[in-house]
Amino acid sequence: MTLLDFARGPALYAATLIMVCGLVWRLTGVALLPFRRDLAASGPNAKGRVSGALWQVVSRSFPRRSFLGRTMVTVTIGYAMHIGLAVILLGGAPHILLVTQATGLDWPALPKGIVAIASGVTLVSLLLVILRRLTHPVLRLLSNVDDYLSILLTLIPVLTGILLAEETLLPYETLLTWHILSVEALMIWLPFGKLAHVVFVFAGRAALGARQARKGALQ
Amino acid sequence: MSPMPPSRAPKIAPATRRIAESRSQEDQTRLDAAMRGFITDFGPEAATWMEACLHCGQCAEACQFYVETGDPKYTPIWKIEPFKQAYNRQMGPFAPLFRMFGLTPSVSLGQLEHWQELLYDSCNMCGRCTMVCPAGIDIADLVEKARHGMFDAGLVPPDYLGALAGKERETGSPFGIAPNAMRDSLLEIGEKHGVEMHVDEPRAEVVPAVSSIDLKMYPDSIAATAKVLNHIGVRWSFMTKGFDADNVSLTAGDREGQKIVTEAIVAAATDCGAQVLIMPECGHSYTEMRWEAANTVGHALPFRVLHMSEYLAEALEAGQLHLRPVPKDGQGHGVTFHDPCQVSRRSGRSDAPRRIMQALGLDLHELADHGPDSWCCGGGGGVALIGRAKTLRNHAFDIKKRQVAETGADTVYVTCTGCRQTFEHGFKDAGAETGVGSLLDLVAEQLDEKEKTS
Repeated sequence: MTLLDFARGPALYAATLIMVCGLVWRLTGVALLPFRRDLAASGPNAKGRVSGALWQVVSRSFPRRSFLGRTMVTVTIGYAMHIGLAVILLGGAPHILLVTQATGLDWPALPKGIVAIASGVTLVSLLLVILRRLTHPVLRLLSNVDDYLSILLTLIPVLTGILLAEETLLPYETLLTWHILSVEALMIWLPFGKLAHVVFVFAGRAALGARQARKGALQ
Repeated sequence: MSPMPPSRAPKIAPATRRIAESRSQEDQTRLDAAMRGFITDFGPEAATWMEACLHCGQCAEACQFYVETGDPKYTPIWKIEPFKQAYNRQMGPFAPLFRMFGLTPSVSLGQLEHWQELLYDSCNMCGRCTMVCPAGIDIADLVEKARHGMFDAGLVPPDYLGALAGKERETGSPFGIAPNAMRDSLLEIGEKHGVEMHVDEPRAEVVPAVSSIDLKMYPDSIAATAKVLNHIGVRWSFMTKGFDADNVSLTAGDREGQKIVTEAIVAAATDCGAQVLIMPECGHSYTEMRWEAANTVGHALPFRVLHMSEYLAEALEAGQLHLRPVPKDGQGHGVTFHDPCQVSRRSGRSDAPRRIMQALGLDLHELADHGPDSWCCGGGGGVALIGRAKTLRNHAFDIKKRQVAETGADTVYVTCTGCRQTFEHGFKDAGAETGVGSLLDLVAEQLDEKEKTS
């Protein structure tokens, strides 16, 4: 078995298993805590808990105008990185092919040039994220190993992906192997660290939305 | 989860003194008490928020303590860092892994003592950070839980917050005012202001709770409450068996004291068959009674809880409250209004005071950030009651002072006793001449008895 076979086979299954089980474990550990029924009367402008949760999940994706003057840099870099990642994952032909092989679902790929630009934007954004964590007083204070590891584990697949798409620097098979292995490293770390925000960011918003909707104080 | 390597952990200087009252307790016992206190009320909601932080730092930009000082230690989510560490090590879904691999250092008592300033002196629990957080983390709620832990470990600042909370737990009032003394004071205020007082009536539809701070500093507001309720013509009464609306215990983190105060008010209002309990112009006490009291006593309340501004707005709408418009000042300065965080941002009632101001015909010049976006006055969350926090509080107040100045208004109206105090002290310390007024007092001055009788 070559390293590529290993990456495509057992390593992929193991990484998927760890990611799914880890996330389920982390979510279950939180969800199974005793839930206290709120006995307070709802507010005069109250909305339903579910609609409040859903509304907050969506609305928090857009920065509030009153804060934007002070948070513009963070918001811009964050948007660039996440949109870039979405374009790469959902628009890149090889990624669509992978999904098609696994599920049968298929959709048209974006032109290679657009995916290449998105990859570049994502890479630069990730480098800026690291730079800001190292230099901004607040981010330097808050940042820990988890933060840097999570960024690095996101950056490596993007970098190896760009090299792979351009078929440069190293042989195609070698690049493909390291690209797949780097994605698997990301998948393995995902449930344990900050990368789990793919789930918890939305869970956090939903929890707040449900509570504030009952009060009639959704923002 | 937030593993923090020791290299990046804050340098903890040995505590110069034990701040806590419970000095004799062993450190470990106090640490255990702190962690138990923190997680006692933990449900899926709070745990989700503990897992959701991205360390994006945006909450700092919403906090006036950071914005005005530029000191990163005032970043809201950093204020609960020791409790995040403890959560990861002891309670989080991967706690065994964190302990096994030493991914997060254990929390020390010295660390908690160091954090006292961050959790008490520099947090108004105003929830502005909650509003900016992309993960929807209610940091204000987590700070409240962290204060439970700090209180249980004997780490509440003693001057004056801890002292007042202690007195409140002991007597039911932060100033130790006994029910009969309260009754005498209320009757005296009525006599002095020529207002008919109703105290301890056997039956009452409306019960206003009383802030001891109003009693000490703003008795006019108590007279104004009576005057307005007499004007509305409702059957009302102060109840001295449970009157203390300040609930200092809540901001100190004393759950037991909080419960004692809440239960007394609920019992007093229930006994006289109240349909409405009015919380005076005090923000945190309103939050407690409006959103927590039912959970504290274990059943739905048999009456509605309204902030004074909500009650007045409802009375206006029902045609029970008749007001004369305030004459326009000749120079067109107009007035501005400060939204109390707990009523506006946290409870969604920015509309009520504005309806009243509209009825009064006030020339309202809104602050640049108003309604739910309003900055806290800097005194909320018990900060106004911490003597040593004065300089920091005044720093935090600077943003408010600037925004008030930008409106050109010569008077700021408030609907919260704590905010009123902070504004008065803040303007005085800054040598500003801007006036500070209570909206309730203004309503009482502008009652239109003629319109009512016609």
